[in-house]
Amino acid sequence: MSDYAIEMIGITKSFPGVLANDDITLRVRDQEIHALLGENGAGKSTLMSILFGLYQADAGTIKVRGRPVQIRDPNHATALGIGMVHQHFKLVHNFTVTENIILGSEPRTKTGDVDIRSAERKVEELSRIYGLNVAPKALIEQISVGMQQRVEILKILYRNADILIFDEPTAVLTPQEIDELMQILRRLRNEGKTIILITHKLGEIKQVADRCTILRRGKVIDTVDVATTGEMELAAMMVGRPVKFKLDKAPAQPGKVVLEIENLCVQGAHGAMAVQDCSLQVREGEIVGIAGVDGNGQSELVEALTGLRPIASGRITADGKDITRASIRERIDAGMGHIPEDRHKYGLVLKFRLDENLVLKTYRHGVYRKPLGMLDMEKVSNNAERLIPLFDIRAGQGPATRAMSMSGGNQQKAILAREIDLSPRLLVVAQPTRGLDVGAIENIHARLLAERDKGRAILLVSFELDEIMNLCDRIAAMSKGRIVGIVDAEHADEHRIGAMMAGYVQEEPTAAPAASGVQA
Amino acid sequence: MKKERTSSRFMATLEHMLSNDSWVSILVIVLGFLVGTLLLLVIGRNPAGMYAAMLQTLTGYDITRNVWNARYIGEWLTASIPLILCGLSMGFAARTGLFNIGAEGQYIVGLTVAQFVALYGPQVPVLHWVLALLAAGLAGMLWGGIVGFLKASYSVSEVVATIMLNYIAFFLSRWLTMLIPGTNTYRTPTFPATARLTSTLFLRLTNESRLNLGLWVALAACLFYWYMIEKTRKGFELRATGFNKEAARYAGIKVTSTITISMSIAGLFAGLAGAIVALGSFSYGRVLAGYDNYGFNGIAVALVGNSTAGGTLLSGLLFGMLASAQPLMQGRQIPKEITWIISGLVVIFISLRGGVRLFLEWRAREKARLRKETME
Repeated sequence: MSDYAIEMIGITKSFPGVLANDDITLRVRDQEIHALLGENGAGKSTLMSILFGLYQADAGTIKVRGRPVQIRDPNHATALGIGMVHQHFKLVHNFTVTENIILGSEPRTKTGDVDIRSAERKVEELSRIYGLNVAPKALIEQISVGMQQRVEILKILYRNADILIFDEPTAVLTPQEIDELMQILRRLRNEGKTIILITHKLGEIKQVADRCTILRRGKVIDTVDVATTGEMELAAMMVGRPVKFKLDKAPAQPGKVVLEIENLCVQGAHGAMAVQDCSLQVREGEIVGIAGVDGNGQSELVEALTGLRPIASGRITADGKDITRASIRERIDAGMGHIPEDRHKYGLVLKFRLDENLVLKTYRHGVYRKPLGMLDMEKVSNNAERLIPLFDIRAGQGPATRAMSMSGGNQQKAILAREIDLSPRLLVVAQPTRGLDVGAIENIHARLLAERDKGRAILLVSFELDEIMNLCDRIAAMSKGRIVGIVDAEHADEHRIGAMMAGYVQEEPTAAPAASGVQA
Repeated sequence: MKKERTSSRFMATLEHMLSNDSWVSILVIVLGFLVGTLLLLVIGRNPAGMYAAMLQTLTGYDITRNVWNARYIGEWLTASIPLILCGLSMGFAARTGLFNIGAEGQYIVGLTVAQFVALYGPQVPVLHWVLALLAAGLAGMLWGGIVGFLKASYSVSEVVATIMLNYIAFFLSRWLTMLIPGTNTYRTPTFPATARLTSTLFLRLTNESRLNLGLWVALAACLFYWYMIEKTRKGFELRATGFNKEAARYAGIKVTSTITISMSIAGLFAGLAGAIVALGSFSYGRVLAGYDNYGFNGIAVALVGNSTAGGTLLSGLLFGMLASAQPLMQGRQIPKEITWIISGLVVIFISLRGGVRLFLEWRAREKARLRKETME
């Protein structure tokens, strides 16, 4: 017998052009919570996909409880007692909890029917043992995201997994739900399960993990005991240099109202109102944050503001000018910059060169015009030469680099460069640091604050509460398409905002800002 | 050891070439000819006959009888003109992210309108055929533009719409042409000479071939295509829309009008092709009995030409060569179908590019594994 539940020794996996895992050795002890820490692209997901049989390693061996195995596919992994809770749930929405759990391995009665009764009993039993508190007969579409995640956990417990992999499980949860998940993780361990937790959030690791393996650029940096390692140390190992946690932020100097949203309603993709009766102001020199869990109408709000989605009712004014029905181009010309949530779908033309992407909104301006409808490619290229050092964009072949071949952080810097260089009065920023590494995040945060200090109005949508708390001057919490409350950042604490994100309306804050008198 | 190094160098070169679209096209054409040659060997014919026929098409020189006749060059270019234009039609739409399977319909509309102008237009030298070309181009623009408009405004699939319009164009053309007095089941009365695209210069140079003024139109179209797509602000919008429609919309580009414009210009090219065939290769209007297929072959031309102006010109010349070499092959006991096989192979191979890439990746993986094993 071995002390280790899982041993992955010398795992190497390459994809065209990248070495995702370079001779990685990971040893997970029986009945521990083992965190796998690393930035995006460090190789965490690849390593776990290999363990779960989704990929085959180019080299290396895997041992489960001391026995060498070749994991062919996810079914094989399941048979070996390995289960995975994916970041994106794989649930059938109009099925009940139990129906989802048994899908693919339905128990039968003697007559060949699906034995839903015994399955429900077993689900209830499992739910009780691990304190999951899930109602077996509830429909998936009627339960919260946190509950849905528990259904995913039950799904693998039902299949007798004793090694559970969690892939960034907190990305979609509110702070309260995160707390509950942490308790569940501890309980699972105490009941004898082994847990691998993939994350890039240090707080979570400090809270629940016993040991932590840090990956950077496909290599193992170290495996450490969490209890004896500080957050700063962990962060430094993850990034490869010391990291600043708090931003140096001067107090905001808000001026005139730039963006005014009044009673805005926006229809979502499925016909229902995704944004309901939303009112908000953004002033010069302040960052207003919209906190909320993904899917509560933030994306639709941003799309309505920027003209990508029609408005059902309400009014939007920029600098006192009504832009409710303005075209996208008119909004750009009215001084609205937009850093979109999905930089590959909206932000960039990936097959274009960097310089072409940098003029995506300005190519029609006078400077780039040449006679006979021509585009002045020399000026386009010069524009890129000017912006590249200014925004520290790393691009192998300078202006001629294809956007596709740039890293996520540099793509985002390019978008930022383009939007800020438009000198907009107002920047609508959605998820600016999603999927970026710590270095790039620091850079982008600093840039946004600098723009605020120059007097621009900034509206920031983010699903990362830390980001909102760090950057914003005022915070609006959004839940089910409504703005539940707006608080000043100085008086905000994570749990109050968390409660608002979950839809609980707050009474007047105890320490209400007396002088500002701004109420949206 | 040495052998392995050369093979890995070969693979590296291959990989490099596959990352470049022009090289892929050339590679694919060579491969197509290679397989065609093998096929001939298998059925016991001498492939030299095929190459001799191709040489004769390209240069007019008959290697077996040692005679030279420039007419073959003229016929080759004549066959290439509509292929180039229809390739441009397909390519222009493709650059904007659209699949213009309707070049055939746009071609037919152009051809029909050109025939009408030829029969009823003012019989003034030059003006007559210029008018016919213009009218045909406009008709093609309209035919393509309808599709673009429907796509942009109502999200009607351009594939379905163009296929439907191909049928409408075909039967409309037959019906309208039959209404012309003096028309029998297959032809109208003869065109007046002022409507023909005849060029005395070409007649003299190419020994009375059907090569006509359409050649200049095709070359001008290539130039216009290149200028429009690569150099202008409108071209920037077209390309941005083609690569990423959502990003184009986000940037304030009016995607709906861009799509309409793109399909109109695609239609313009195909409409001109129709007019050039009608007024260049025929002295009378035709009641179409079936598709001429230039529009459909244009898809292959654009594919091999990577939808660039220069590439489409060259690949149009290649496909034109294959088509006009057919009769010469038959005279040399080579089944003419081999040309269709070769062009088919070229299209298949170019579509296989993804597969070849997968193979190279697999090889790289295997190598990494082997290296690891030998190290252990």
